[in-house]
Amino acid sequence: MTTQTKPRYQGKRYRLAKPELLAPAGNLEKLKFAVHYGADAVYIGGQKYGLRSNADNFSFEEMREGVQFAAKYGAKVFVATNIYAHNEDIEGLEDYLRGLEDAGIAAIIAADPIIIETAMRVAPKLEVHLSTQQSTLNWQAVKFWKEEGLPRVVLARETSIEEIAEIKKHVDIEIEQFIHGAMCSSFSGRCVLSNHFTDRDSNRGGCCQSCRWKYDLFVDEQPVSQADEDRFTMGSKDLCMIEHLPDLIDIGVDSFKIEGRMKSIHYVATVVNVYRQAIDAYFADPENYTVKPEWLDEINKAANRPLNTGFFYNTPGANEHIYEPEDKAAPYDFAGIVLDYDAATGIATIQQRNHFKPGQEVEFFGPGGTFFKQTVDEITDEEGQALDAARHPLQHIRLRTEHPVQPMDMMRKRIGRS
Amino acid sequence: MNAKPELLTTARSMEELVRLIDVGADAFVLGESKFGLRVAGEFELDVMAEAVRIAHPRGVRIYAAINNLVDNETVGELPDYIKGLAAAGVDAVVFGDPAVLMAVREAAPGMKLHWNTEMTSTNYATANFWGRKGATRVVLARELNMEQVIGTKANTSLEVEVQVHGMTNIYHSKRSLVNSYLDYREQSGIAGNLSSELETDKDRGLYLIETERQNERYPIYEDANGTHIMSSDDICMLENLHELMEVGIDSLKIEGFMKSIEYNETVVRAYRKVIDNYIADPAAYRFDEQLLEQIQAIQDPERELSFGFFYKEQVY
Repeated sequence: MTTQTKPRYQGKRYRLAKPELLAPAGNLEKLKFAVHYGADAVYIGGQKYGLRSNADNFSFEEMREGVQFAAKYGAKVFVATNIYAHNEDIEGLEDYLRGLEDAGIAAIIAADPIIIETAMRVAPKLEVHLSTQQSTLNWQAVKFWKEEGLPRVVLARETSIEEIAEIKKHVDIEIEQFIHGAMCSSFSGRCVLSNHFTDRDSNRGGCCQSCRWKYDLFVDEQPVSQADEDRFTMGSKDLCMIEHLPDLIDIGVDSFKIEGRMKSIHYVATVVNVYRQAIDAYFADPENYTVKPEWLDEINKAANRPLNTGFFYNTPGANEHIYEPEDKAAPYDFAGIVLDYDAATGIATIQQRNHFKPGQEVEFFGPGGTFFKQTVDEITDEEGQALDAARHPLQHIRLRTEHPVQPMDMMRKRIGRS
Repeated sequence: MNAKPELLTTARSMEELVRLIDVGADAFVLGESKFGLRVAGEFELDVMAEAVRIAHPRGVRIYAAINNLVDNETVGELPDYIKGLAAAGVDAVVFGDPAVLMAVREAAPGMKLHWNTEMTSTNYATANFWGRKGATRVVLARELNMEQVIGTKANTSLEVEVQVHGMTNIYHSKRSLVNSYLDYREQSGIAGNLSSELETDKDRGLYLIETERQNERYPIYEDANGTHIMSSDDICMLENLHELMEVGIDSLKIEGFMKSIEYNETVVRAYRKVIDNYIADPAAYRFDEQLLEQIQAIQDPERELSFGFFYKEQVY
């Protein structure tokens, strides 16, 4: 299937009443791809005060570069400062927040009131958005935060469509909602399993995902499951609202947030690309909007776990948790990035991101839904030397593509039959 | 000279309340699970009023727990409930959600407020933030160490409450995780003899064991507020209680949740003695080992008595 459309223009993006599409960016490269593939805003982590202490977090210098890159697309950069601080974290907070403001960051996402209050005092140009780590479920609390001066709240992932609508009715404030990605199965912030199991502080970025481990449930001092049976776990399926965006648009959700600062560049580009197309398609013609099958295909190619709709329609039950051995990850791997394309010869220069070789089936995709499959023909290095395989990370490889491609288009390969 | 810290505990019933007053409790956190999280027993408004009538003449204070994660529906019920608590004469409201703070300001402006968000009450500066909003006390997260507890006390004018004994909550979900799992087993045809009608409340004695930690039992139960997983150990700070009294911690809490009244009586009695002995003459104070032995004698052998996080360093 080939669906060629025009790549997005570089320049100002018009918001109209469209919700913002907010994407994670674990590092500068992911930021660039998230924005290029259609995010209106990205959120990143800095060196301190963020909940992903293992992520490849941004220095102030990288933030500046990210902000400049995003600005070319009219996109904004937010920083997650979403830890619950301990006494020793207070010192240095003011300087850090001023640093974010200087770097051109548009907003911080914060849970701890002292971070919120300090930002407003020392870095007034930074917007402050309330993090989902506050687990806010009700309009009265949202009103409290609005009166504190916050323009935006990320609600608890436990709120339903009806509850969000009710909150919107009571309080005039921007609501940001997670629409895609992994979820804490606990109320966010209300889990210290990692602290107890591994002495790692979950609310300061040390989460070791204990909710996804396997447990024996004991009733009357006996384990419920036999040796070969699926055991107890708290692990949730991942959130995916691609089939329900109109419901979220109708109730006035202002920002659609994708989870995943630890996810790959391929994941971020694929997921952002799909939601961008869906939002744009809806606003172009709400009456005739339908979910395209290729969007679901694409989402599934990036998915790490089975998907569900979280708490939006009902409380997750037996079918929304992962008791059975996890399905294999999607049978596709990110293989390369298009660096250049010579229209005269039809030859693309690809930066290798994974092993591929002639004869293999690959897919090319780009912003706006451009997509085609082809078989890799002859490949060469930059000197024109023929290669039997692209085996060196980041190596520049030349190959003929069956349709024109653009820089920052991506190439993925099907795995399991290379 | 240090002021005498309050000895705070919980009770499952009026009978337990009276028995624990008799052995030396100064204050109680009570509530009903519609508004409070992990309350030891259900104290509806009329019972709450009765508790206050019994406690006040004996100089004992009653605090009402409204520390659940408040949803829209509950917001509408808060004003009447808070007015009811004020009329009953409770001494303070324990809150986590800002919605409760706002409702108390309206419905009972003079009411004292204890800020308690469980694992996220982690620093003095945020305690002081809630102090500026009207809180009079901070209930510290159980995951703080001694240095952090002392540092918080030194940097706030709010009363500081610290849990010194009993189990702690380590995970709270809105999901019904035990029932989800049982339903999954039934769907998969592996339910065996286990009915999906199984009681999953806190008195059912369900627990989890993690593969790599065979000696640790984590109690798990469900109620209207979701699924709760509790610590496998019980904090016991009895022998080091003076470290907290030296720095003037205002309230020492014994969590009586999921314990028998006999156990809680013994524990309250022991802490009462340690507090009284220390305050009588801090300079000459020596810990009486026998008090710890009395607790050890009735401690569930499957549950370690530990110092919690008081002497631990955590990484992240």
